[in-house]
Amino acid sequence: MNTRAPAVQARQLIKTYPGDVTALNGMDVTVEPGTVFGLLGPNGAGKSTTVKILTTLARPDSGTATVAGHDVLRHPDRVRRAIGVVAQNSGADPGATGRENLRLQGRLYGLRGAPLDRRVDELLDRFTLTEAAGRQVKGYSGGMRRRLDVALGLVHNPEVLFLDEPTTGLDPEARTAMWEEIGRLAGEEGLTILLTTHYLEEADRLAERIAIVDRGRVVVEGTPDSLKGELRGDAVHVELREAPGEAGSTLLTGALTGLPGVHEVLFDGRRISARADDGAAAMPALLAALERAGVTVVSATVARPSLDDVYLRYAGRRYAEADAADGSGTLALAGGAR
Amino acid sequence: MSNAVSQTWYMTQRQLLVFARQPAYAIITLIQPVFWLFLFGNLFKKVVELGGFGTTSYLDYLVPGVVVMSALSSNMWAGMGTLEEIQRGTLNRFLTTPVSRAALMNGNVVNNGLVTAGQSLIIVLLGLLGGAEYPGGIGGTAVLVVAAVLLGTIFGALSNALGMLVRERESIIGINTFLLLPLTFLSSAFMAPSQMPGWMRHTADFNPLNWAMVAGRSAMSADPDWGAVLGRGGALLALAVAAVWLSIRTFRSYQRSV
Repeated sequence: MNTRAPAVQARQLIKTYPGDVTALNGMDVTVEPGTVFGLLGPNGAGKSTTVKILTTLARPDSGTATVAGHDVLRHPDRVRRAIGVVAQNSGADPGATGRENLRLQGRLYGLRGAPLDRRVDELLDRFTLTEAAGRQVKGYSGGMRRRLDVALGLVHNPEVLFLDEPTTGLDPEARTAMWEEIGRLAGEEGLTILLTTHYLEEADRLAERIAIVDRGRVVVEGTPDSLKGELRGDAVHVELREAPGEAGSTLLTGALTGLPGVHEVLFDGRRISARADDGAAAMPALLAALERAGVTVVSATVARPSLDDVYLRYAGRRYAEADAADGSGTLALAGGAR
Repeated sequence: MSNAVSQTWYMTQRQLLVFARQPAYAIITLIQPVFWLFLFGNLFKKVVELGGFGTTSYLDYLVPGVVVMSALSSNMWAGMGTLEEIQRGTLNRFLTTPVSRAALMNGNVVNNGLVTAGQSLIIVLLGLLGGAEYPGGIGGTAVLVVAAVLLGTIFGALSNALGMLVRERESIIGINTFLLLPLTFLSSAFMAPSQMPGWMRHTADFNPLNWAMVAGRSAMSADPDWGAVLGRGGALLALAVAAVWLSIRTFRSYQRSV
């Protein structure tokens, strides 16, 4: 695999929107051909902006990017022929039928006649939309609409498929079905998928490699397992009744770090996160130390490391909070023990 | 090039299809002018007695007025559709395909033109059924339809530009409600120029709606003033080209703002 050129390569992308909003601040992404790559991050982290640049919709202020070997700035037309895009709002025409939407999309890529008919039938069948093919899209369920969106992105057999938050807004059943579909796509010969998501669980489940994005740049990249594996031992979370303040946190950090088998103590408001070689064994000493320091513990948990912990470690804040602080969405699963 | 033409047709077809699929909307667009025709026709029946209308039947005079007014009022909402396509993500979906960028904008223009032409013809035919007479015949009617399409293109393109620029429905609604009636009444749509107050008549000379009215009405009369038809028609064409150019510029700035 590594002997082939990357399917997607972005170098040091910077993008600022009017009003001095820095969307991207040195974004680097490399996706090997035939793999599923996940960009994971809270709302406003820069995932969608990255996708807009890679799909030729937006231009970066600086930096370079190639997709399927073509430069997005110099040869946007070649890039457009090589990619399929399933955006957050793909905007299938609600007044047209599923089949009409697919036919139009195919025609835009130059498909005509029998090959177009064949391809449309194939996609309708594959996404179980054959029965609904003659109905107007406005009557489709959320899941059906999303499947049509993906079918629209695949009509011309693209080399690289972009899926921007493919399951946001879907009910759990439709989400599971979409995950299975993406899993099948991933198995297809030669198709590269770049997926953005703010669901930790989704990235963990679908992507072979993940880049965690925070404030317009990648903070860490790797396979989900290697990222979780880098976190030694168990994750220990303790919630206090009151935030200890800055001086208090420093003092407590010192006290807890001194305990045998406890590392990487982080304060985050009322919450303490730490790593422990053996979480269960470390817990009594940890609680005793907190009691000696005179703080009241509300709850304490021990868990195997999750991507949430990975996020906390590299982005320096808890995933759900970053999500709430950066964007309007509060849809993120809190990760939790897995 | 032929590619851009066929893609323009796909884009037009797509919009026509959606128009035809919304029967309520399609019928209202077509029925509303009938209302104007028969409401105004009956209400103001006697004004022709004042003279200066060049006919003894007010309906003859009214038909071109309603055609032009309807062309304005149906096209000035074009920006709403564009706004919806932006918000729904449809425009961005097309922009990530290799479709000709010109086809995206031209599809709007051609679609609006076809709908306006259809609407104008229906009004002319209904007028005929109601007893109106068109001495200018088919040629005169064709001029009226072209003038209405050009006027529609001007306001459709401006409305699209506005939709892409401000991205809010309220602005389009506000500007349209503000403009429609003043533009209509500051013209010879319902009243003979010789019966209008002097200042209104002079203001009307600067009103594109009145240009379409003068060109269409003159062409449909017994002895058309072809100089006036060509002059007003040329001005409409120039303004339509300028408005489309402006909407293409706005489209480019939209693409930069994505």
